[in-house]
Amino acid sequence: MSANAKRVVLDPLIDNNPITLQILGICSALAVTTTLSASLIMCLALTSVIALSNASISMIRDRIPSSIRIIVQMTIIASLVIVVDQILKAYAYETSKTLSVFVGLIITNCIVLGRAEAFAMKNPVGISFLDGVGNGLGYSIVLITVAVFRELFGSGTLLGYTILPLVNDGGWYEPNGLMLLPPSAFFIIGLMIWLIRTYQPKQVEKREYQVHRIHRTETY
Amino acid sequence: MSKDSTANIITVALTLCLVCSVIVSTAAVKLRPIQEVNKQLDQKINILKVSGQWQEDRNIEELFSAIETRIVNLDTGNFDDSIDLETYDQRKASKVNELSINLDKDIDVANINRRANFAKVFLVKEAGAIDKYVFPVHGYGLWSTLYGYVTLEKDLNTIYALKFYDHKETPGLGGEVDNLKWQSLWQGKKIFDENDQLAIKVIKGNVVPGNENEQYQVDGLSGATLTSDGVTNMFHFWMGEHGFQKFIHKVRTGEVL
Repeated sequence: MSANAKRVVLDPLIDNNPITLQILGICSALAVTTTLSASLIMCLALTSVIALSNASISMIRDRIPSSIRIIVQMTIIASLVIVVDQILKAYAYETSKTLSVFVGLIITNCIVLGRAEAFAMKNPVGISFLDGVGNGLGYSIVLITVAVFRELFGSGTLLGYTILPLVNDGGWYEPNGLMLLPPSAFFIIGLMIWLIRTYQPKQVEKREYQVHRIHRTETY
Repeated sequence: MSKDSTANIITVALTLCLVCSVIVSTAAVKLRPIQEVNKQLDQKINILKVSGQWQEDRNIEELFSAIETRIVNLDTGNFDDSIDLETYDQRKASKVNELSINLDKDIDVANINRRANFAKVFLVKEAGAIDKYVFPVHGYGLWSTLYGYVTLEKDLNTIYALKFYDHKETPGLGGEVDNLKWQSLWQGKKIFDENDQLAIKVIKGNVVPGNENEQYQVDGLSGATLTSDGVTNMFHFWMGEHGFQKFIHKVRTGEVL
């Protein structure tokens, strides 16, 4: 793999992560992360949609009239999402029951349209595909981390296997109900952003305001 | 032809629509048979589980052969064999005028608005004789309609099991209707009292052991009073006169079966 291709795939993992740096695609990160298995399927669905949509948009990028380019991108993304949803219903029925509405909402996921508009419209097919894979993986890293915390501390299980036996079932662990509700994902993502930006201070944005201390004697 | 000319815009739009629609419809049509099989299998697994017949390592169709499916006319309480078992879908039928009735507010205790006139009943046989009955039930909880199955013993009063297969209640609160421990509390509870009146109830808090109504009471789900009430209401509707009561009476008196 050339250095450029490597950078395109690896950059979105931490350095330019679509969720923690660009704060895109948060909605589905809150919704589907109660269980790890649902999150894994969601990551797979999103990564394949974003990679294929990037590739197909890049393939016809020289033909797309700029006046209807967003509609063209949306049509391609929507078709891919429907296909993915149908495949899930056929081959992963159990998970598709819990995911179906969120899979449909991949259409509105900002990451997909964002990459189509920012990358696929300007770059050749191969590298666009890799950019899709990279961003999908960046999204997956965050989703999986959040899901591990939420499932472990919310239900005491991972992928359905009991790790912390619950009081309800005769164990010792009193589950944290907040972890099962969407706000907990906000907190976890917030903490992740904090952690990443402590480790990589260059991701911290400049302040938009300056705190100014006023003394009582001061006049304007 | 320039990229932004009107002709090109129309060509691109039309071609794109055509290609996308072909891809989408091919996927939908090709995958439909597999999806249908999944759906039916899922229902069968649910019924096997709620009737205590489920065995992990056995073939589902083979296990299901011990269960006879019949359709009951809820208005008369009789079996109706004129309806095709394979294609009848109660949820869809409740939206069709000819196949369902509108429920007035005062009788619609389970908040389901419309009720189909026909319902499937699953007869679980053991050594040729009917051992248990599985009834499909649904009712509104807090956020959503809960769909599930209730299995009754052959006295048509004692509950064997209760399971939900579709609901959108809050995980951890109302969603605890899926908790196996809570579901196991239902086994052995009675629906009707000695005077054949509906008595089953999900109460607030825990059932006091030894109280005279113990056999009609189930612990409420903490933090989910509305979901718990929804489950009680669901029983009161489906075991009441607009639900399966006529059928139950006819089975008891020997008029059907």
